[in-house]
Amino acid sequence: MATTTLAPTAPTYRTGLYSWLTTTDHKRIGILYVVNSFIFFFIGGTLALGVRSELAAPGLQLLTDATYNEFFTMHATFMIFLFVIPMLAGFANYVVPLQIGAPDMAFPRINALSFWMLPLGGILLLLGFVTGGTAAAGWTSYAPLSEDRPLAATGYGQDLWIMALVLIGTSSILGSINFLVTIFKMRAPGMTLFRMPILVWTVLVTSVLVLMATPVFTSVLIMLFIDRNYGGSFFQPPGGDPILYQNVFWFYSHPAVYVMILPAMGFVSEILPVFSRKPLFGYKAFVFATAAIGALGFSVWAHHMFTTGSVYLPFFSIMTFLIAVPTGVKMFNWVFTMWRGQLMLKTPLLFALGFLTMFLIGGINGAFSASVPVDFALHDTYWVVAHLHYVLFGGSVFGVMAAVYYWFPKMSGRMMNETLGKAQFVVMFVGFNMTFFPMHELGLLGMPRRIADYASSTGWQDLNIIATIGGFTIAASMLLFLWNVFLSLRSGAPAGDDPWEANTLEWATTSPPPAYNFDRLPEIRSERPLFDLRHGRTASH
Amino acid sequence: MTTDQKALQPVEHNPLASMPHDTHGGTSNPVLGMILFITSEIMFFGGLFAAYFNLRANAPQWPPEEFAHTLKILPFVGPATILLITSSFTCQWAVWAIRRDDRTVFIRGMAITVILGIVFLLMQITDYAFLGSEGLTLASGQYGTTYYTLTGFHGAHVFGGVVMLSVILYRGMAGQFSGRHYDAVEGASLYWHFVDVVWILLFSLLYLLPGKG
Repeated sequence: MATTTLAPTAPTYRTGLYSWLTTTDHKRIGILYVVNSFIFFFIGGTLALGVRSELAAPGLQLLTDATYNEFFTMHATFMIFLFVIPMLAGFANYVVPLQIGAPDMAFPRINALSFWMLPLGGILLLLGFVTGGTAAAGWTSYAPLSEDRPLAATGYGQDLWIMALVLIGTSSILGSINFLVTIFKMRAPGMTLFRMPILVWTVLVTSVLVLMATPVFTSVLIMLFIDRNYGGSFFQPPGGDPILYQNVFWFYSHPAVYVMILPAMGFVSEILPVFSRKPLFGYKAFVFATAAIGALGFSVWAHHMFTTGSVYLPFFSIMTFLIAVPTGVKMFNWVFTMWRGQLMLKTPLLFALGFLTMFLIGGINGAFSASVPVDFALHDTYWVVAHLHYVLFGGSVFGVMAAVYYWFPKMSGRMMNETLGKAQFVVMFVGFNMTFFPMHELGLLGMPRRIADYASSTGWQDLNIIATIGGFTIAASMLLFLWNVFLSLRSGAPAGDDPWEANTLEWATTSPPPAYNFDRLPEIRSERPLFDLRHGRTASH
Repeated sequence: MTTDQKALQPVEHNPLASMPHDTHGGTSNPVLGMILFITSEIMFFGGLFAAYFNLRANAPQWPPEEFAHTLKILPFVGPATILLITSSFTCQWAVWAIRRDDRTVFIRGMAITVILGIVFLLMQITDYAFLGSEGLTLASGQYGTTYYTLTGFHGAHVFGGVVMLSVILYRGMAGQFSGRHYDAVEGASLYWHFVDVVWILLFSLLYLLPGKG
């Protein structure tokens, strides 16, 4: 174990429930984010198992049509707004101030406020289940479907959904302001912009996307709320415009896709160099590619609306293809980082490799739908479900798992169990591909998304059964994960300050770090200050 | 590992390391935070404005026949606009005062700003009452929906600004601000200017821009 002499000597934490509830420490808030996100991951996952079980056979066995609509709507809502986005923000909360050598975030109390809005939003969403039905118009809640009370929801579910999402959106906006000010104003001396770890760059671009896109989502949610409750007619004919809803909704929700993947790219870009024993290949190219994805992300929203006939197809198609270019640059960065490196095949690297391969598939099957004629055939089929899960599960979730295995030693002071970790990776990888690969075929066969039932004569059942078995395999892998966390917290090997011999500043302090993070910092002369410290490199980068 | 030999210099030997984190110069953390928050607010109003233009463009006639002259009866909208623009100047007057450590003028300027904000809100409520009596409500088609949503959210922001400035005024009277410590004043005044600019846009859009059809 490498230890640095930078380790602070002061006692670490006060303990107890009260100190967790009132904390403004970015590390504790980060852990709260992560735990809260995993709770909603399990709720959302259970709903997904309900959906998969219903689809295993033709006919309605388990759920009614209405419950099925609620299940897939709430599955997506929990996974997007209460799992992926806050999970990535949680790791960023923990890691970013450490990586830039700051004592905390710029606004610690606003940071706590951002977190506590999330469980509140989650409770509002869950309340739908006991007040006569949750939102059921899909996570996109297209108007006028979501405004039609008998169809959309019988109770207050849709309104609770709107309120919850406004709350969660506000949490994201405040969080992004906090990240931006922290990154711009709180960097340690010597930490120039181009010496920032890649994760910090991805969080910076993500925060800009959140800051610019989320308020637009808030505005469309409020218009929907006015239409539903105060007799407004933004989206209601006559005169109201359903396409307006889609335009404003996707103006947020497409950049949100990058909000859900860029920090995960950051995790992988931290992990690959450490476990390849090489610096990241093409640091600056990676930074510019990240910025390009962020900028292009605002000009592709209408590729979700090709079949509406109301958008200018050539523009949005070309912009969508263009976005593959910076993404491809990143693929080269990652592959050439590993090229001729001394790969240490530990669990974080395995999950990072899972990210690379699965995200690649998700990128390629996405490029198919960017082509307008192909999209006309694939729109709203299971192909789209396959694509988005290869990106969001194969990409973001594998990235999150890699981050958990990578930073768990820093957060807890204990190593996670390698054998269980590798077993979890294998089960999850197999389960993931069993679930979502057949969906490509189902989409090509014409199976639409968001249906509870299909005729046995369609021939879709075999592939659906494989997908359902895959879904339960993923669930099993998550049980392995929970067992691993429990075991490692109780009796994991002590981690030491820097178990991976990593490059960035979070490994320069104790595990877990004290409330004030650092007693002293190494001189920062490159984006790998700890590597320089270990190997005595002093040349300026 | 042989890192032990490479123990770090203590902080005091490194002139850079002893520099506090937030003294890089430039915009202070609270002011930068407020600028970013205003950016998000611009995007929020951007969404509402986009909806307005979209619905207006789709409508065969704007304003619709029955409301063709409704907005012209409002007695207070002109004076309210003048008051809100004036309040931006009084707010900036207060900021300049506190920058040169003149607390008396600062409190005076801030108090006038808060009062102007409250009067604006009272005038808007009165105008709403007139419009309601003319039959223009949130439910009267796209025209009513967009009118009340845009002006209502602006009014809510004025209310938020009044609360913010009142806190600043209260803290100022308690002696919490000086020529060396006034970031919160700067932030709140930026927000107030933003609210003012939104109103100028709204006023031009809703009252000055000629109708169509």
